[in-house]
Amino acid sequence: MTTWMLRRLIQAAFVMLVMTVIVFIGVNVIGDPVEILISPEADQAERARAVAALGLDKPLWEQYWRFLSGAVQGDLGRSFVFNEPALKLIAQRMPATLELAITAVLLSVILGIPLGLYAGLRPNSIGGKAIMGASILGFSLPTFWVGLMLIMVFAVQLGWLPSTGRGPTRELFGVQWSFLTWDGLRHMAMPALNLALGNIALVLRLTRAGVRENLPMDYVKFARAKGISPNRVVFVHVLKNILIPIVTVVGLEIGGLIAFAVVTESVFAWPGMGKLIIDSINVLDRPVIVAYLMMIVLLFVVINLIVDLLYTVLDPRVRLETKE
Amino acid sequence: MSDTTLEVQGLSTHFLTRAGVVRAVEDISFSVGRGRVLGLVGESGSGKSVTGFSVIGLVDPPGQIVRGKILFQGRDLTKLDERELQDLRGNRIAMIFQDPMMTLNPVLRIDTQMIETVLAHDNVSREEARQRSRDALGMVGIPSPDERLVSYPHQFSGGMRQRVAIAIALLHRPDLIIADEPTTALDVTIQAQILAEVQKLAREVGTALIWITHDLSVIAGLADDIAVMYAGRIVESGPVAEVLDKPMHPYTHGLIGSVPSRNARGSRLRQIPGMTPSMLNLGPGCAFRARCARADAACAADPQATAPVAGRTLRCFHPQLEMTA
Ligand SMILES: Nc1ncnc2c1ncn2[C@@H]1O[C@H](COP(=O)(O)OP(=O)(O)OP(=O)(O)O)[C@@H](O)[C@H]1O
Ligand code: SF4
Ligand SMILES: [Mg+2]
Repeated sequence: MTTWMLRRLIQAAFVMLVMTVIVFIGVNVIGDPVEILISPEADQAERARAVAALGLDKPLWEQYWRFLSGAVQGDLGRSFVFNEPALKLIAQRMPATLELAITAVLLSVILGIPLGLYAGLRPNSIGGKAIMGASILGFSLPTFWVGLMLIMVFAVQLGWLPSTGRGPTRELFGVQWSFLTWDGLRHMAMPALNLALGNIALVLRLTRAGVRENLPMDYVKFARAKGISPNRVVFVHVLKNILIPIVTVVGLEIGGLIAFAVVTESVFAWPGMGKLIIDSINVLDRPVIVAYLMMIVLLFVVINLIVDLLYTVLDPRVRLETKE
Repeated sequence: MSDTTLEVQGLSTHFLTRAGVVRAVEDISFSVGRGRVLGLVGESGSGKSVTGFSVIGLVDPPGQIVRGKILFQGRDLTKLDERELQDLRGNRIAMIFQDPMMTLNPVLRIDTQMIETVLAHDNVSREEARQRSRDALGMVGIPSPDERLVSYPHQFSGGMRQRVAIAIALLHRPDLIIADEPTTALDVTIQAQILAEVQKLAREVGTALIWITHDLSVIAGLADDIAVMYAGRIVESGPVAEVLDKPMHPYTHGLIGSVPSRNARGSRLRQIPGMTPSMLNLGPGCAFRARCARADAACAADPQATAPVAGRTLRCFHPQLEMTA
């Protein structure tokens, strides 16, 4: 188990290193920030001073080296625009995105699994077919369009929910959270649902497929032959088998949700990392872009690690192999 | 309590598939008394498992019982609702499945799967349920049952898993056990031990047994009665010694002829020529006639069950009374 962990950690560090190279080169390719940051009237001397101040006069490998040695010490550079550490900017915005993404994950599990169970146990019922039909919409409608529709219906027409912003927050562990206030929750409802939609459909279809696949299995028949209740057969015997792929997929989707929050945050003016990154790309604020991408990579790596650990908890067959 | 534990009358179980009707079980009748063992034999696909699942009420859709009565201690099981069947299953009627690799839930520990069975029918403490589970594991010859209880199925061999399944079937000392090829995956010593255990249970508790198998030698040593199935029908039945000594149906002759021990050493095993007919849309007439040496025009009609001798049944127009050399 410990050698397995160690191997995974080394792998993770290697992935991070490779990503720094890719991200760094990528950002250099998109464009020259000096053009955007400096006013067109600036003369040659001012220009040179600005370039030197940003460290852009050094050769690329030296810029990379400075970035990497900074990164190891937790310094990802200062924002060209805000003149603040890039990491600090991102850290300020992260809680908003995280609570949005986590609420979306909870929604996909809380709605997706029961709906999927129903559709799987009653595949030919009207309800089951309606759920499957709706799930196709959940997959295929574009996020921004659904977001706008939600605003149209629930904010503009019905006036039930606020259309934009994060609402009042409350502090927990030194961080501001919306989910701790009622009004904050009301602000979060639509963006979270919007972000969750694709995942609800995904979890639902996975659950249904799992039920359809597991029900004809002999172990289900044997469980029934033992005379245990139908509820126990479904919620203990079948569900535990289905949870293995669901946990894996949901876990891996968390990273995607955080990355794709960009669209939802833009539609609902949710002040999270996504909005920050869009603004930073517009002005080519390289340190912020790099820091954001590195945070996302780190998140993916950590989440993958947690998913693997969870997997071994759920599936006894995997557990044994990793122990040996 | 009456002496007949199970009496099946005119049972038909059909699968209504898109390709047509599969008459997996057609008009079969048999009974098993308290403490008695019925051996159900027949080649692959003859409907033995479907018979077992029909009795316990677990025929997979699109299969359904279309006709007949299943009288368990006088109660017709085909008339019971799901809840009443659930109370009987695993409690008064237990079944051991054919494929030991697939019957246990791969992600639940053995103790979970055993204890839930005890608790489903008896109002006892978890501790007592665990105790009973451990005793049952010991009964089927699983060494160090305490350790084994906290294992997962994948840590067991096929034979061990089958013994766990048998232990689960024994938990409530049921009145009827349907054992579907339960010992095929086991080695000979374990097989003998389990057969002895099961016979003891039959004698002491009065459990009736339906023992499904390909293996006539197991039947000869274990069963009181035998029913031979072919293409969904019971073609011959009766006390095991009589049927094996003086078989009448040509198919039974063929089965006995293909058992190694009955043939002189070195002589070739006789095979029944031809193949099992497809059960899909099986037409009228004796299903065995394409493979039967005695078949004639009369066999194009359905042979009805007759009682050539008291206590025996037969479905054949031209019984073969002498043994083939
Ligand atoms: N789910 C199903 N759908 C359609 N036909 C089925 C189904 N289950 C069983 N059958 C048919 O029922 C017939 C009897 O099957 P059954 O499993 O009872 O045979 P068996 O005697 O137990 O054979 P084996 O010795 O191989 O276990 C077979 O011809 C099979 O095609
Ligand atoms: S009824 Fe005819 S075909 Fe069928 S077993 Fe008897 S003799 Fe053979
Ligand atoms: Mg079978």
